[in-house]
Amino acid sequence: MEQAKIKELSLRSAEIKLGALEAVYSASSGHPGGSLSISDILAYLYFEELNVDVKNPKWEDRDRLVLSKGHTSPGLYAALAAKGFIPKEDLKTFRQADSYLQGHPDMKHTPGVDMTSGSLGLGISAACGMALAGKLNKKDYRVYAILGDGECEEGQVWEAAMFAAHKNLDNLCAFVDFNGLQIDGPVVDVVNPTPIDKKFEAFNWNVIVIDGHSFEEIDAAVKAAKACKGKPTAIVCKCVKGKGVSFMENNVKWHGSAPNQEQYEQAVSEINAYIESL
Amino acid sequence: MAVKIATRESYGDALVELGAKYDNLVVLDADLAEATKTVKFKKAYPDRFFDCGIAEGNMVTVAAGLSTAGMVPFCSSFAMFTAGRAFEQIRNAIGYPHLNVKIGATHAGITVGEDGATHQCLEDIGTMRTIPGMTIINPSDDVEAKAAVKAAFEMEGPCYLRFGRLAVPVINDNEDYKFEIGKGITMADGKDVTIVATGIMVAMALEAKELLKNEGIDARVINIHTIKPLDKELILKAAAETGAIVTAEEHNVIGGLGSAVAEAVAEANPVPVLRVGVEDTFGCSGKVPALLEKFGLTPANIAAKAKAAVVLKK
Repeated sequence: MEQAKIKELSLRSAEIKLGALEAVYSASSGHPGGSLSISDILAYLYFEELNVDVKNPKWEDRDRLVLSKGHTSPGLYAALAAKGFIPKEDLKTFRQADSYLQGHPDMKHTPGVDMTSGSLGLGISAACGMALAGKLNKKDYRVYAILGDGECEEGQVWEAAMFAAHKNLDNLCAFVDFNGLQIDGPVVDVVNPTPIDKKFEAFNWNVIVIDGHSFEEIDAAVKAAKACKGKPTAIVCKCVKGKGVSFMENNVKWHGSAPNQEQYEQAVSEINAYIESL
Repeated sequence: MAVKIATRESYGDALVELGAKYDNLVVLDADLAEATKTVKFKKAYPDRFFDCGIAEGNMVTVAAGLSTAGMVPFCSSFAMFTAGRAFEQIRNAIGYPHLNVKIGATHAGITVGEDGATHQCLEDIGTMRTIPGMTIINPSDDVEAKAAVKAAFEMEGPCYLRFGRLAVPVINDNEDYKFEIGKGITMADGKDVTIVATGIMVAMALEAKELLKNEGIDARVINIHTIKPLDKELILKAAAETGAIVTAEEHNVIGGLGSAVAEAVAEANPVPVLRVGVEDTFGCSGKVPALLEKFGLTPANIAAKAKAAVVLKK
């Protein structure tokens, strides 16, 4: 991957981080930690990979993205704003009573949202349905899902995993945000879902383990997923919860709480400093 | 003696018929195709049939995903494992985004028989009724069940179809029969009391009418095949004209047709509403005739409640 591309994606990731933080700060509510952890994945998908049309969000041949870990909607909305699906100023309306930017993604009211999600474990099943429809209709679109590591404690994730492999859904690719933290603490302490990679392998998936903050590794994994025939691919991404904001990184407190003004300003200044450094 | 056909058979037949016309109709099942009768579709169109294994939550959510890409999925299992087990998936992945998914739930009610309480769903109408925008159809016989499947395919949005295991009399095989979602059918006129019945209880309601006739009571019989949206107009007209209502359903008296009718009547024109159904208890194993007797799902009990309702009239 060219350095110029990496720089462009890094800037997009920073833009997504700023948008996600703005949304959560404006709402005084939301999930910043897991939004920041997937900002690199979202930047890669929306600015390098997904074949989508902002002027025609429901285009039937588009690639699909299901945010199965729907609570990290601030990250998704910020990516949709960066891409041009929704106005950036609307991020300030996140979680307000008259806003279309619901706490969890709502496909009926938000352009670019392919599936309503938020109840954990459901998104990956819906992504299976989209991938199956692609096979039936002989479409060459691809379906991406983003799962949380805590989400992998949901039994339905494994129902879906069994189904996808059995139906040879090689047009399906699931990212797992393996940041190691869930609301009640480290995933290994709550109910240990690891080894996540070995579990997907046992369910007959093609599995790739990467650094979820390396665009080169994300790029290589997505290309390998496309090249893999007959099996769905799980890209288990080692991520840092709260990535890019020093006091949020690897701190479970920031799973689902909003920064105050001082914290918000510090977070923004850190990300702006990162942008300057690029 | 009328011909008897289980509505699950009608469901399978209707799917095959519609499948011939519409390529976007797909069927999903959860390892019960032989029982739900989706096996008929599986044999006819194997490429559009997906066995999802014993994983109902995944099945209904896969159906949601399929529908976002223009397919019209009918997903099937027993009522207990769709409206019961997969309630949350139906609510969040189908109901909330109002997706065009049809749920073909079979083996509803106690007429499942010998399998007993774990498999006898008496709550499905109740759970499905609480989902905004969900259409709920509980057909009374073969003719109505086939018409309901066709109507469900033709409508846009989520639809819950309730079918039974038991072979039941064909009562709608007349030229005038017309199925329209949300429109009840007056099966027999009457002025003293109205029996509002659904599903397999409609045929029993007609028998109850005959029993009541012998006692000088002229009962109206209404078939409510669509529980939601409820035909309030027809029910309120009956309330006004007959002054008393008895509901009859193979479901818990809590949450189903009886509740829906009582709510409608209480809000607009309160008249006595007595309910025939399973009285807030679980089912049990047994031969179907014994179970119907045990739980009071009989023409005699409907007639008894109708007489009681007449007494309560002002």
